[in-house]
This record gives sequence, structure tokens and C-alpha cells, in this order.
Amino acid sequence: MPLSQSGLVLPSASRRSVLRGIAGAAALGAGVPLLSACGGSGSSSDPKTVSLGSNASDAVPKKAYQSVYTAFQKQSGITVKVNTKDHNTFQEQINSYLQGTPDDVFNWFAGYRMQFFAAKKLSTAIDDVWAKIGDNFSDAMKNLSKGEDGKYYFVPMTTYPWAVFYRKSVFQKYGYQVPTTWDQLVALCKQMKKDGLVPIAFGDKDAWPAMGTFDQINFRLNGYDFHKSLMAGKESWTDAKVKAVFDHWSELLPYHQDGFMGRTWQDAAQTIVAKKAGMYVLGTFVAQQFTNKDDLADLDFFPFPEINSAYGQDTVEAPTDGFMVSKAPKNHAGVVKLMEYLGTPGAEETYLKTDPSVVAASSKADTSSYSALQKKAFDMIGGAKSLTQFMDRDSRPDFTSTVMQPGLQKFLQNPKGVDSLLSSIERQKKTIFASS
Amino acid sequence: MTTDTDTTSPEAAPVPPPGRAPAAKRVPKGHKRLLTRRDRVTLAFMAGVPTFLHVALVWVTALASIALAFTSWDGIGFDSIKWVGLDNFKQLFSDNPQFWPAVQHNIIWFVVLILIPTPFGLFLAVQLDKRIRFSRVYQTAFFLPVVVSLAVTGFVWQLVYNPDTGLINSLIGANKPGHYIDWIGDPHLNLWAVLVAASWRHTGYMMILYLAGLKGVDPSLREASALDGANEWQTFRNVIFPTLRPTNTVVLVVTIIESLRAFDLVFVFNKGAQGTELLSILITNNIIGESSRIGYGSAIAVVLLVISLAVIIPYLIATFRKERRA
Repeated sequence: MPLSQSGLVLPSASRRSVLRGIAGAAALGAGVPLLSACGGSGSSSDPKTVSLGSNASDAVPKKAYQSVYTAFQKQSGITVKVNTKDHNTFQEQINSYLQGTPDDVFNWFAGYRMQFFAAKKLSTAIDDVWAKIGDNFSDAMKNLSKGEDGKYYFVPMTTYPWAVFYRKSVFQKYGYQVPTTWDQLVALCKQMKKDGLVPIAFGDKDAWPAMGTFDQINFRLNGYDFHKSLMAGKESWTDAKVKAVFDHWSELLPYHQDGFMGRTWQDAAQTIVAKKAGMYVLGTFVAQQFTNKDDLADLDFFPFPEINSAYGQDTVEAPTDGFMVSKAPKNHAGVVKLMEYLGTPGAEETYLKTDPSVVAASSKADTSSYSALQKKAFDMIGGAKSLTQFMDRDSRPDFTSTVMQPGLQKFLQNPKGVDSLLSSIERQKKTIFASS
Repeated sequence: MTTDTDTTSPEAAPVPPPGRAPAAKRVPKGHKRLLTRRDRVTLAFMAGVPTFLHVALVWVTALASIALAFTSWDGIGFDSIKWVGLDNFKQLFSDNPQFWPAVQHNIIWFVVLILIPTPFGLFLAVQLDKRIRFSRVYQTAFFLPVVVSLAVTGFVWQLVYNPDTGLINSLIGANKPGHYIDWIGDPHLNLWAVLVAASWRHTGYMMILYLAGLKGVDPSLREASALDGANEWQTFRNVIFPTLRPTNTVVLVVTIIESLRAFDLVFVFNKGAQGTELLSILITNNIIGESSRIGYGSAIAVVLLVISLAVIIPYLIATFRKERRA
């Protein structure tokens, strides 16, 4: 402490230490954004603990994950030290978190968003884990867990499908049939409008629900391969195929709920609960809004109708949550054991006991305790030829958040301006994807 | 510090205050140094720490973000910073569909704040200055929105504007299919809707500033004006308002700052969706979060910096010129 040697006697030690603290904090803060979020506590080199960064801040998932870790501790004797952060904050800080001192294992999403960190070498490959758990998963799940280099980086845990939700009692009352083709869907919308219902509930205040509708139309019309490479920035947004997606969407737009730009998905879901709207394109989490048991039992869904017979209904949008290993885990042996455990059907079953709003990612998990809705979701995912993750998980997050979210909102407000919108998206896409 | 002024005071003031002169004499004549070693270290420390903090937190960061504006960086490792020259700015000016609307909205924000809540705040201040009954209660009521955090303000107003369950649509019956008024989402409406909320808050702020200014007006001016037979409006226009000049300058600067830093209200209201884009929100969307287009976001920040400087520099020049003349 050079200050004290210089003969300076400050009134109290506490003030000096405060000043020193401020100066130190300034020195840290000045240089580096990297240090901004050193949330991780992964300093434990104790072989009996593994640290885990969790985004499961909501009560139900948090409790469900904890039950899995407790079961793991009973089985292996290794304690999982969980460091939970608010779900959105976790996502926003992920870059700096992974560069700082991350926990050994962290919650993340499958698909492009996982591959991005794998390619940036912020995650450790876990082929050794997959050698043991590989049999538990379908090929579609395996593909979701691989980085661009073909190595495994991800252990999937739970998943849920996007589909078209409706109430059985409403369909019964008016004698509607579940539409399986585009023409049937449009005809059904017309009929619902005549019957005084809002055909399709919709709320896009948070900007992401529109991406779900785009995904559905795009892979039904142009197929999984085109969708995936469009998301990866390899196709042109000015392509006639993309234009056709927006043309189809425009055809459906008049049947969407008015005033959607200011409405949250929760409020839109309430119109289904109140039987004011007929259908809703969303994930199974829509069930969270059905707090009454009878209403929930009345909720059902069907896969988005076929548009192009070449692709039928072969693709399901099934965002998958799971785990990744950070770049330099302190307790590698423990991490491998934990990841192997998390990849078992048993771990998934334990999780689902507390949180029944999702389904197991493993095709071997026991489905006997599933609700009718869960069973249907599980079968739909299990029967899918290809799985997509959702636009913002299948593409670069900077592209989807700064270009596609405002872009799709613009389209929804002015469907006729689609040509100039698409060329604008294409120009921005080129620069973003060029910047590696 | 005080010892220093004391020694110079005999030259500066023609008549030194009687109480202080002996104090100056008390300083030993042969002692060249007026400050002890301890004083100097304390001084160095007290000047050094703020300087260091200022340089580190203001200058280094500002210059770093200017430098980053000419690069492309995803925020992962320093070796991934790539120099791209003016590319970010070219993209911003020609390809970004949100940039020009954002600039426009920041300007509209300023114009509206200066045209509506500022005069209204002045009006309220003049009324409250008349010592009407319950003046304190009114002051508190009007000032309360300023005390409440803007994030809370945004949250409250988006409940008022909610298309289905909001107060306004429920009252006027605009929450039925076919009759929706989408205050939050409609790009022709939402900026004005959010400006109502901003004005609601700004009025209280302006009122307090003007009230403070009015309290400083010499009451004899009013008396003189009344004796000359001026009516209330004439007194205000020709006597009171001109004396509020310093307050007006503060009001102008505060309003400019408010319109440039407008962020929290809109971010909570609708995250800066179409119709309410603002420069500050574009910066946040590009830099914070997973998107991490740090170079590009910095370029927008530099544009905001240049706009701020373009406003502030003429103001500072004018102020200094006035001081020199005085």
C-alpha cells in the first residue's frame, strides 16, 4: 500500500478501503467488457462438486432441475452447485459469461445457437459422453446436438413442439374439421369469421411470435433443407421461394386477431381460453395460460397444415433445452458423469414429474405419466423427419434480433411492401453474415 | 485551499475583510511552502482519484467506443476485432431501415417536449407561485411523475394503452374486433402515445424548474409593474419572463438531454418497435444481449455523440462568451 508509506493518515481505515475499492473497481471497469459479467463461481476444484450455470429462474423449472440434481447426487455422490440467473439476463450475458469464469456446465439451447459457441471454442466437445448416451436419442436429436465440426457439444433434456392450438369444444360446437391442407385452413378461417370468431389469435408485442408463423409456412412450403440454409444465411431473402412464404402469410393475415402489435402472447392466449378465437399458432407453453383444469383438458392441437405435398408435415418445430460444458471445466471427471446422467431417460422423467409442460428429449423416456397433450406432443416430435429449433435459435441472434424481428413486424403492418422489405433484409443479412 | 486565497486576497480585494487579515499574517514568512506534506498528499489524492475516475469512465470509454465504431467485433476475444473503416457508417446510413426513423423520432421527441409540456409546466409554475391554497399538494402531485422511475412510468402507461384490457380502449369501446385502436403497436400512433407519457412526466420537471426560477424573481419588480398599470399578462410577458432567462437556458439544456437520452420509457413500452425507434434503443439492441454487434452499435453511439456535441458545443461557446463579457 504505497499510500500509507507516504505518511498520509486518513481519518479512518474504512474510508481508505472504500476509496481503494472504488479505484480498483474503476481500473477493472475501464478496460474490459469481458469482466463485466464474471458471474460464474466455477473455482471449485473439489472432485465432489460440479458447478452449473442455470437460466431456470422460473419457479417450476427451477424446482424440476433441482430434483434432477438431487437424484444425481444420491446416485454418484457428486454435488451440483447451481448458480441461477434470471432467464433473459442469462441469455443477454451469455457472451461475456462464457468468456469469463463460467460454471463447469450451463443450460443452453440446441441448434445454431449452440454451434455458435462451439465454433468460438467457448464450449468443450463431449463425444465421450455421447458414446454412452447415444442410444437414448433419435437421429434428429443427435443432429441437434452436434457442432458444425461433427462433434457433440450438447445434451438435450426437454423439448416441446410448435403447432396450431384449438379448443375441442369450440370445434365440436361449430362442427369444424381439423384442416390438413392450406386450402382447408383458409376455408376454416373464413367459416370462423362468419361464425363470429377470431379465426387466428395473435399477439406480436414481444416480436418473436411472428417468427414462429414464418417458420411454419417456410418449412411447409419450401422444406426443411431450404429453411435451414435460409436461416444459416446461405440463401437469398429475395428468392421467389421466400416471397411465396410472405404471399401465403398475406393470405392468412386478414384472419389474424386485430391489434396484435400491442398484444402479448399471454393476452392472445386468453382469447382462446375465453373461446373468442378459434386457433393459435404457438408452442405448448400456451397451456400455462389455461389455469382451469377443465379448460386445459379441452385444449388440443394439430400440426400446421400441409402446403407443399413434396414436404407434407414432415418437419416439427421443437425447441430443445439442455446442457453444454464450458471451455475449461474445473472438474472434468465430474462433468462427464453429470452429463451422462442428464442424458438418461431417468433424469428426464425426474424433471417431468415437476414440470409437465414439456416432454422428454429422449425417445426412450417413459411416457405413461404423460397427459394427453404431452403424449401427442411426444409422438409428433418422435415422428418428425426433421426438427427445427425456432428462428432465433436456428440463426444468428444478431440477425434475428436486429433485422428479422423489426422486419417481420414491418411486414405485418404493411404486407404490400414485402419486396422492398426483402431486399432490405437481404442487404443487412449479407453484412451481418459476412462479419463472421 | 483557504490559506492560498488568504494570501492573495489583499491584492484581489481592495478592502480586505477585517477578520481575515490577521490570519494571513500568521503564516510564517520564511516558509515557502504553504501546504504541508500531508496536505499535498491529501490534495493529490482528492484531485487524483476523481481525475482518474473521470478519465477512465468518461474519456477512455468514449474514445474506445469511437475506435470500435470503425471495427467489426462480436465481443468474443480481442483478436476478433477487425478494422472495417467506414463500413459501419455506410451500412447505417444506407441499409438500416431503422436508423433514419430513429433520428427523426429523437427530433420529434425534442420538439414535442419543448412545445407542449414546457409551456404547460411554466403555466403551472406561474399558477402555483401565486400562493394559492394547497399549493404544496399540487406541487407534489405534479412533481410525482418525475420522482417515479421512467421504467415504472412506461409500465403503467402500457397498461393504460393495452389494446384488450387497457383503460382507454375499455372506456371508448375500442377493444372489440374491427374497432381496435392499437396505441402501442400502430406505427402512426405509438410515438404520440408514448410522448403523452413522456410529457406527463416532463411537465412536472419543468414546473419545478420554473417555480424555482419564479421564487428568485424580485417582488419589487412586480410592484413596480403594477404601479405602472400593467395587467397580469403584461407583467408576466414584459417583466417576469425576461428575468427567467437563466432558467430558460437550463430548461432548454435539460429538454435536449431528455430527448437524446430517451430510452427507458420506450424500452418498457414496446421495446422500440416500428414507429418508436430511437437511437438509444438501436444502440442497446445491437450491443447488449446475444447479438453483440459491438462495432456497429458503437457507430450508432458515435452518431448520437456527434448530435449531442453539435447541440452542446454552441451552447458552451455562448455561455463562455457571456461570462467573458460579464
